[in-house]
Amino acid sequence: MSDVAEQTDAPADGPRHAHREPRHFVRMVVIWLVACAIAMPLFYFLVGPHVPPGVMTSTAEENQFDFNILMVLAIPVLFGVWIYIGYSLITWRGSKAADPVGGELARGHMGVQTGWIGITTVFVLGLAIFGTYALITTNGAGGGEGPNPVWTPTSAHVLPVQVIGQQWKFTYRYPTFGGFESSDLVLPVDTTIAFHVTSLDVIHSFWAYQLSIKADANPQVDNVAFTTTNHTGSVTVRCSELCGLWHGAMFDYGRVVSKNQFEAWATATRIATAANTKLLPPFALTYTPDANGAAGGYYPDNVDPYSPSEVYGAKQPAS
Amino acid sequence: MTISAEREREVAYPDPTPPSVGWFQGLPARPGWLSQHLGTAIIGAVLGYLLGHWLGNVVASGYTNVANSGVNAIANTGGIALGALGWLAGIGAINYPLAKIIGKEPAPEFETTSWSRYFRYTADHKVVGMQYVIGVLTFLFTAGLLAMAIRTELLSPSSHVFGPGTYISIVSEHGTMMMMMATSVVVGPLGNWLIPLMIGARRTAFPRVEAFSFWIFSAGYLTILTALPYGGFPTGWTGYAPLQTQAGGGMISYLAGFALIGLGMMAAGFNLGVTIINYRAPGMTWSRVPIFVWAILSTCALLTLATPTLVAAGLFGILDHTAQTAFFVTEHGGSSYLWQNLFWFFGHPEVYIMALPGFGIVAEILPVFTRKPLFAYKVAAAGMLGVALLSFFVWQHHLFQSGINPDMRPLFMLTTELISIPTGFIFLVGMGTLYKAKIRFEVPMLFALAVFFNFLIGGVTGVFLSDVPVNVTVHGSFFVLSHFHYTIMGGLIFAFFGGLYFWLPKMTGKTMNKKLGQIHFWFMFIFFNFTFFPMFLIGLLGQPRRVFEYAQNLQTLNDISSISAFILGASFLVFIANFVWSIFIKPTPSPANPWDSLGLEWQTANPVPYYNFERIPVVLNDPYHYSEHDAAAVADMGDPVLVGAVAPTGDGGGDTTGDDPVTPAE
Amino acid sequence: MSFGARLTTFLVMLAAAVALVVYVVITYLTPQSGVVDFTSAQPAGAPVNLSVQTVGSIGFGPHPTWVTYMVQNPGGQWLHDTTWEVPAHTRINLTIHQFDSGSPLRNQNWGRVQGVAGNVEILNGKPISFYDSNSGNGVGHTFAVPALGINVPLVGVNSNASNICSQAPCGSDSVSNTIKVSFVTPGPGEYSWQCFVPCGLGYLYGNGGPMSNSNYMGGFLDVVA
Repeated sequence: MSDVAEQTDAPADGPRHAHREPRHFVRMVVIWLVACAIAMPLFYFLVGPHVPPGVMTSTAEENQFDFNILMVLAIPVLFGVWIYIGYSLITWRGSKAADPVGGELARGHMGVQTGWIGITTVFVLGLAIFGTYALITTNGAGGGEGPNPVWTPTSAHVLPVQVIGQQWKFTYRYPTFGGFESSDLVLPVDTTIAFHVTSLDVIHSFWAYQLSIKADANPQVDNVAFTTTNHTGSVTVRCSELCGLWHGAMFDYGRVVSKNQFEAWATATRIATAANTKLLPPFALTYTPDANGAAGGYYPDNVDPYSPSEVYGAKQPAS
Repeated sequence: MTISAEREREVAYPDPTPPSVGWFQGLPARPGWLSQHLGTAIIGAVLGYLLGHWLGNVVASGYTNVANSGVNAIANTGGIALGALGWLAGIGAINYPLAKIIGKEPAPEFETTSWSRYFRYTADHKVVGMQYVIGVLTFLFTAGLLAMAIRTELLSPSSHVFGPGTYISIVSEHGTMMMMMATSVVVGPLGNWLIPLMIGARRTAFPRVEAFSFWIFSAGYLTILTALPYGGFPTGWTGYAPLQTQAGGGMISYLAGFALIGLGMMAAGFNLGVTIINYRAPGMTWSRVPIFVWAILSTCALLTLATPTLVAAGLFGILDHTAQTAFFVTEHGGSSYLWQNLFWFFGHPEVYIMALPGFGIVAEILPVFTRKPLFAYKVAAAGMLGVALLSFFVWQHHLFQSGINPDMRPLFMLTTELISIPTGFIFLVGMGTLYKAKIRFEVPMLFALAVFFNFLIGGVTGVFLSDVPVNVTVHGSFFVLSHFHYTIMGGLIFAFFGGLYFWLPKMTGKTMNKKLGQIHFWFMFIFFNFTFFPMFLIGLLGQPRRVFEYAQNLQTLNDISSISAFILGASFLVFIANFVWSIFIKPTPSPANPWDSLGLEWQTANPVPYYNFERIPVVLNDPYHYSEHDAAAVADMGDPVLVGAVAPTGDGGGDTTGDDPVTPAE
Repeated sequence: MSFGARLTTFLVMLAAAVALVVYVVITYLTPQSGVVDFTSAQPAGAPVNLSVQTVGSIGFGPHPTWVTYMVQNPGGQWLHDTTWEVPAHTRINLTIHQFDSGSPLRNQNWGRVQGVAGNVEILNGKPISFYDSNSGNGVGHTFAVPALGINVPLVGVNSNASNICSQAPCGSDSVSNTIKVSFVTPGPGEYSWQCFVPCGLGYLYGNGGPMSNSNYMGGFLDVVA
């Protein structure tokens, strides 16, 4: 980081020491440049492609790229501070050190301070712009965008999949296949997916690791997250928001399969669950779970067992 | 402001009358078994608790939901509320206001040097500071034992030592206790003890408020412990509703405990903030106050402005449990987002409540052991205020994936990354101060240097977290967990121990063993990193926080982390042994100024008299004139000899430090 | 105080602190559920017969109003323990005696029999693969092992019956439904099981209390090699 450079440079030009001391600043910069020149490409090309969450989806690829860029930018910062402090501790330790510098020169240096503030500001603003650009171009980068996403995919064919969190399991509804509900997550490859994440009780968080999707599940909230699948494979789903006793056991494994396999699975599941699907509430983006339990209530609403105004728990009309 | 070195007559107060805390006149308080002390506080707490619990049962045991669920939140709340009140009444915290209310004059406080003053409600900020030292260490080690339990459970991915409910209770208890402790870990012990001495004051502005802050802090500690017999609580330290509303009796201990701690935080922050602003000695201008004072002042601003939100949120939560309101239950008109907003609106300033005092300690220690002035003092002070201000505008970065205000994410990403600018000033200050210094590796200096190493990693990973796309992977995972342990433990707790090793000789007059201090440091530093660095990888590889089961392939990393955590825990035993042995069992007297510091706090008499300064000092300089051969004195203490940079250290120093303590004079 | 007195004082305090920690660990942090061993009651590889019952209120212990599962150990005793040790790769013949009344499910997905042999359960002698919880007596509980994909709806008894069991363990004098399923255990591991009916009476969403305590409506299948 070049602000380190400026800072060390200026006092070194001071009249007292310049003529009899080694050029500490030059040494530090050389060590720093060499270390960065080795570490940065090493990380980016050797480690980078293996960085989670991999490349299964568009958002995973983008998030991996973002992580790698941040890491490559972090290396010079980390090395700059470590090399500077390490060098200082070796060079100016106790008995070996000459008289410490004092006076106004040691109390501050306008150039160093302005340089430090200027460079860190530019650095940080750059990061914010980079992050915002990545967020917008990836339609929210796979994160929950709330009920009214501001950045939506332009693809004409978006497969909506509803994720329903409940203590302690995610279930999935496929509205374009009659709204059946499944305990398994199956997705077609090369398809843009819109996850609609909601909850029937407390806050959960749907984390499909390899898909690079993370969206909180809140009751009565439709939290939307987008991604596009690029490769087939297995997906680990975990709950990443503490949701009670079995939070640690709230995981399952989904899979991304070919479009044909997906069609076959969806059709078969639709038929197999048809009787059950009739009993589900009509597909909706959010549901109103009853705040009371099956056997009666926390809130004294005198409706047993469920309030008629609240679906997912209300008696459905007999079909 | 220029102050003449010539002493004004009126700055020396003649014969001060101490503020009173005893019973009102006619019933003078006396040190002795019959007066009020910790024992009467315990009796008061037990009686209050029993009364409150009984009342709650009388009122509510017939309610349908109470009978069905077997949990009477009203009894729990009543017990804790009256228990806390009984605790305060028992220690004597309400004598003064009660006496005033009934029109009596409270009795003056007895001055005593007896050890029993440490078990009493006292107006002496030095006694309160020492009470806080023991208090926060007890808090820290209790929560640390729970951390050992967590790491024991995580030794295996699928077989379990604790039941899942017990495990979540342990995690929740550990997190909550650590956060409660960390709010006061520096402000309480070091802030209360040192601030008046550093600014040349004879006492704090509101000594009774200060004592109140400690005793309600300790009530908060006891309250959060009651969660265990109530069956624990399942929400972690963040207490997210509506899981909070669903939880059983232990949740009340969390809500009430945090509210009590919050009252203590506000009291402590208010008292020290007012003290710093109004009680500085003549000549102690804003450009001369030690940097630690700036750190505490900015922390006090956060304590007083952010904490009310926490207390209010806690009361909402208690109402949801007792009166069955629905602040946080969506189906009945509340919102599950409300708690998240309220909690993090407090919670993010809270993060800086836990960072700034650490910066202050480090910046105070560095000049002493580099024999150099603090580099870029004004930038450091401005940075602390900047951090305090910006910290109110970043809270939604905890909620990037929650669906709240998704279009605001770029803004919160920007503010979060902006806050790294003033935070980074501590590196400018530290690196500038190290330049061409004369570094002594005493134990406090080792801790200060470790803060730079740890906090750099914590800070850089914070930038990763603030980037929304990367946040999708790392949010809610062990990556976050590691990040905040690097900042809070790696920053604040390391700084706190550095501060203890640095100031305990002044506070107690005893010397800590240097060898044991070094052993403590190296074990703590190395195994801290071995404990928490693997957690970055664990998180990246997909392990969410607060789980009792994880993927088989993460066992090696988790085991490295667990075993290191046990050694890290053991390193604190070295500290305890050193602390107890060197200060209580076989005390070794400390030199008056073992580190040759120029700070005003080191220029007072030893032990520091009840009123700190025989005469109010007139401050002439900032305390960083190291390595200046002809620097003026720091302060006119009213003695014949001015104390300053070139003052001889004849009564002290040389034999405890490895290096020549006196700045070369040619 | 003399050196000896100070040292003694400290050692006494230390011993008290250690004793307190041990007490807290034993009292509050050790598992509340015992482990019931089903691995040695029959020859290796032979099917394991596992009998459990669900009771509307346990009637004893610290939470007498809570709903709970009970299990019958190989010796025939009914125990309040929810961790069951069973052998790996072995057929489990599970018999569930449901003594509790039912209601409509919050999520009808849990009315499907999933993850067991043939995806059917034998309800009072009749095979069913799916139960409409809006009809009849509704569903009282489900026995679900999410990691194994198992979900078995337990149809409720008539809530107006005069002989509903209110004190565990329940016997044949109380009204009950008998549900039988069969499944094969996977490799070793601790697999959590739970109920998907929000049956925690008096708690928000019905999922607190017994639903949030592993010794009532949840526990572990402790599969050992």
